[in-house]
Amino acid sequence: MIEQLAGSWNYIIVIILMMTGLFMVIARANLVKKMIGLSIFQTSVFIFYISLGKMAGGTAPILDGNPDTLYSNPLPHVLILTAIVVGVATTALGLALILRINEAFGSVEEDEIIAAKASQSLARPKRPTSEAAE
Amino acid sequence: MMGAAILTNLPALLVVVPLLLAPFSAVLPIAGLAWVLALVGTGISFLAALMLQSVTENGVRISYHLGNWEPPWGIEFVVDSASSLTLVVMSGLGFLATLAARRLVAIEIADKDSGKFYAAWLLVVGGLFGLVMTADAFNLFVFLEISALASVILIGMGAGTDRRALVAGYHYLVIGAVGATFYVIGVGFIYAITGTLNMGDMASRLPDAAGGAALYVGFGFMVAGMLVKAAIFPVHIWLPAAYGYAPSAVSTMLAAIATKAALYVLARIFFTIFAGTPEIVDIALSNIIVPLAVGGIFVGTIMAIYEADIKKMFAHSSVAQIGYIALGLALATPAGISAGFIHIGNHALIKGGIFMAIGGFVAALGARASLETITGIGRRMPITATAFLICGLSLAGLPLTAGFISKLYLVRAILETDSYVILALVLISSALSVVYLWKVMEVMWMQPAPARSPKLVENPAIYLPLWMVALGNIWFGIDAGWIVGAARLAATALLGGGA
Amino acid sequence: MMSLHTAMLVGLLAPLVVAILTPFLAVRHVWRDAAGPIGGVITFIAAVHVALAVLDGETPRLFVAQIAEGLALEFAVTPLGAIFGLVASGLWILAALYSVGYMRGNHEKHQTRFAAFYAVAVHAAMAVAWSGNLLVLFVFYEILTFSTYPLVTHKESALARNAGRLYMSILVGTSVVLLLPAVVWVWLSTGTLDFRPGGYLAGQIDPAMAPILLALFAFGVGKAALMPIHRWLPAAMVAPTPVSALLHAVAVVKAGVFTILTVVVYVFGIDFLAETGAADWLVWLSAFTILASSMVAITKDDIKARLAYSTISQLSYIVLGAAIASSIAVQGATLHIVMHAAGKITLFFCAGAIYVQAHLTKISELDGQGREMPWVFAAFFIGALSIIGIPPLGGSWSKFMLMVGAVDSGYLVILGVLGLSSLLNVYYLLEPVSRGFFRPKVKTVEVTSHPLVVIPPVLTAILSLLLFFYVDFFAALAKLMVIS
Repeated sequence: MIEQLAGSWNYIIVIILMMTGLFMVIARANLVKKMIGLSIFQTSVFIFYISLGKMAGGTAPILDGNPDTLYSNPLPHVLILTAIVVGVATTALGLALILRINEAFGSVEEDEIIAAKASQSLARPKRPTSEAAE
Repeated sequence: MMGAAILTNLPALLVVVPLLLAPFSAVLPIAGLAWVLALVGTGISFLAALMLQSVTENGVRISYHLGNWEPPWGIEFVVDSASSLTLVVMSGLGFLATLAARRLVAIEIADKDSGKFYAAWLLVVGGLFGLVMTADAFNLFVFLEISALASVILIGMGAGTDRRALVAGYHYLVIGAVGATFYVIGVGFIYAITGTLNMGDMASRLPDAAGGAALYVGFGFMVAGMLVKAAIFPVHIWLPAAYGYAPSAVSTMLAAIATKAALYVLARIFFTIFAGTPEIVDIALSNIIVPLAVGGIFVGTIMAIYEADIKKMFAHSSVAQIGYIALGLALATPAGISAGFIHIGNHALIKGGIFMAIGGFVAALGARASLETITGIGRRMPITATAFLICGLSLAGLPLTAGFISKLYLVRAILETDSYVILALVLISSALSVVYLWKVMEVMWMQPAPARSPKLVENPAIYLPLWMVALGNIWFGIDAGWIVGAARLAATALLGGGA
Repeated sequence: MMSLHTAMLVGLLAPLVVAILTPFLAVRHVWRDAAGPIGGVITFIAAVHVALAVLDGETPRLFVAQIAEGLALEFAVTPLGAIFGLVASGLWILAALYSVGYMRGNHEKHQTRFAAFYAVAVHAAMAVAWSGNLLVLFVFYEILTFSTYPLVTHKESALARNAGRLYMSILVGTSVVLLLPAVVWVWLSTGTLDFRPGGYLAGQIDPAMAPILLALFAFGVGKAALMPIHRWLPAAMVAPTPVSALLHAVAVVKAGVFTILTVVVYVFGIDFLAETGAADWLVWLSAFTILASSMVAITKDDIKARLAYSTISQLSYIVLGAAIASSIAVQGATLHIVMHAAGKITLFFCAGAIYVQAHLTKISELDGQGREMPWVFAAFFIGALSIIGIPPLGGSWSKFMLMVGAVDSGYLVILGVLGLSSLLNVYYLLEPVSRGFFRPKVKTVEVTSHPLVVIPPVLTAILSLLLFFYVDFFAALAKLMVIS
């Protein structure tokens, strides 16, 4: 019973984090905040996986000869190592893009960027200038 | 035995060669060399895919254990008739797109960035091949992200000609990451139920595992994630801008092969992983995927009609065409799935050719191709424009083109299931697609070039790949036996159950 | 003697070879201009050869490729196809000669391009005539449309371009949106697209759906110019007259009615249509088109516009024959393809000859010109009489058979329609002749003589006359159509 409750509250946290992150991704106009939201969202999944593999009272899965030892499942944990790497790469790439967007548009606010796009595409020269090329 | 070693390791080669060549390409200072590297990488992949196809033609199923770890402990690559057909289509078009990329990239991408460009290019291609072959649900996520991150880089490189490419890349990154994370959540649930990540094992354990709600949730998350990647309505929103603002070469490659891989993965989720629990799959297919596919067909077509930018127009059209493929797959009958596979191949040919030709226009115009700028281009660039016309006719589904075969088999598959409403909707949408094609062709061929317009120089470097694709559209419209047979085998392999 | 196989290859490829060679032969204008008539003669000989074999009860076949099961790229000549092939190739000889005279006399630009696409169009028409199934027919129907676009917009003026746009949007639009689904429908419900004597739709589709399928065909074939999709034909008259003569009086429009007749006879089967009454509505629509376009024709002062509306009206005679769906009406319709072709090409040749020699385009300007150009006006007179249907001219046979067919099937009102239409024909087709011969001259124009534009109409006028006496050959072929 206690295990179940203990099992539940981490899932509740996962859900709260997940919803917070997803809300930020969808609702925030600021690109950096979107990125932060995405990170929180991904983190919630990491916690979800780690909780899955964790046995209450379980220890690291190193054989110690005692048949009564409870082991945690290492596989989800390893998977999450990979997922963290992917998450870091995603965040890094996103932030790099934001930097470039800021250079090109002078803003990281989505509504301003959209407005800038419209005004620019009206008066754009035929051959685009390459401020953004580098 | 060198030869035998290569043969048995073909599935790995397909992925490893492009991925390994990528870092070399990144550090190469000379753009031409990097391109040769990319060409070699995609060429080897194409050969490998052709060999795999010939092996699996007789219903053989290759299971390759990475690092000799037995599944379910190690990662398994599976190549059967379904994946080998997808691989041949993807690698073939990938090779042709690379062939065309040289000149287009030289114009749109700074020379010093070319090495990195082709590195990302190879990563996308290699990642997509891995996506198709892997039988490990989590490994699939890794390949998904390799190709997604690399394609974001490629899309963002369009900033050299249009800064909106950055925003398009960013949005694809965020939406794609959310989709991929959804998929991972789903895998987590299914793993919790079955205790395995191997698709075949999942499939065999799911019917007996008392999954309850977790089964539904896991299934839902996995499917939702892949819907994003496959750009199925209404989560297709990243696609038009991404294809529209990416460098021309990238649009060609992505439009021809990227979503195909995700569609194939979707098919495998439905028909391989969840083969043992047909009740949820049936509900999902008939109540969700079919309506979404039809919705996508209409939204894509109508958006294309109102779009003045040519690249974005055909990006919208891709959304519609993906809808046709998804519709075929979602019918879940042998005829429907083979129709889906036929269109996977034919649509790659059609869109590959169309985006290549648009790339040629953009390169000659030095400006975005829009209904205004391509006025009268038919007579100014007849060779490129004729290839474009052929691919356009194929898109409209005229007989003797590949597009006709697709439509024919799709319509027949729909008719077999007695869904007359869907049939009517497909026919109406197909008639609507003539509208935007007509708009483009009319402007290109029937209007005079604006006065004092500069002479346009055609781009012979893309003739070879462009015309190979254009003639391919005719060839596979006249001799459809190969693709129809292969697609039928693919459907058998998919529906046969077990990964 | 050449084998049937070779004859079919020659008939299909000779026009294409002419088209391909034309740009190379253009170094000498004489070579280029000789290619058309020579190609025409070769094609015609092949067509005669094939038609004779068909008359012997054979079905000449030419297999090219298998697309998928039930779908082949194949040519097979039906009796109807043999007739259309003869008409298209035979008249091409004269039209090719005529267009040389016309284009030179008018000092038109881009004569090489013109000659090349002209030959491509004939190639497509031959392929339509000899197509072995609906798919092949559809493909070459489209190629015919595409190849005539450069001919319609030949003048490259804004007017020509607008006309070309209308031409393409109606013809391509209707065929892709209506005809193609109809073809696919036939394939889905029967598994084949072949043409079979007696048709094969009976029992394969719901009789209640038959009128809808027929409507898809009737309106999908824009080239048959059934109202309300007839607008492209008058628009196409901006093209040089040789185009209007061969293509928009013979090859293109006849490809349209040929398609409808083929579908009715070899796909639906006339018995099936007659039993279900699925074509009833088409009888009335074509009757309406016959009368309405005749009325419009009367209001037109431009010669070519008047002839265009007359063509729309005459095409509906053929559709009417198909829609009545009795043996005799179908034979009448088939003969009308031949008779109207000979008559109408004569009229267009004359219109072009008048334009080249005297630069007149309006009927009201023709007063008294008959004495200046007696041969042209005489040919016009004979062609007009044939279309009106007065013996001893070819057109009388087909009209007679259509009337008999209408009465046989109980459409007495149609008899009245046909009669009224003939009266209107008399009025609007003979007006130019009577003005030319019996009115005093209102306009003095310089008439230059160009024999190459005068000889072809005289020959086709004689042909109209001969067709009355030698109708047996075509009648025998037409009879083969309805014997299953």
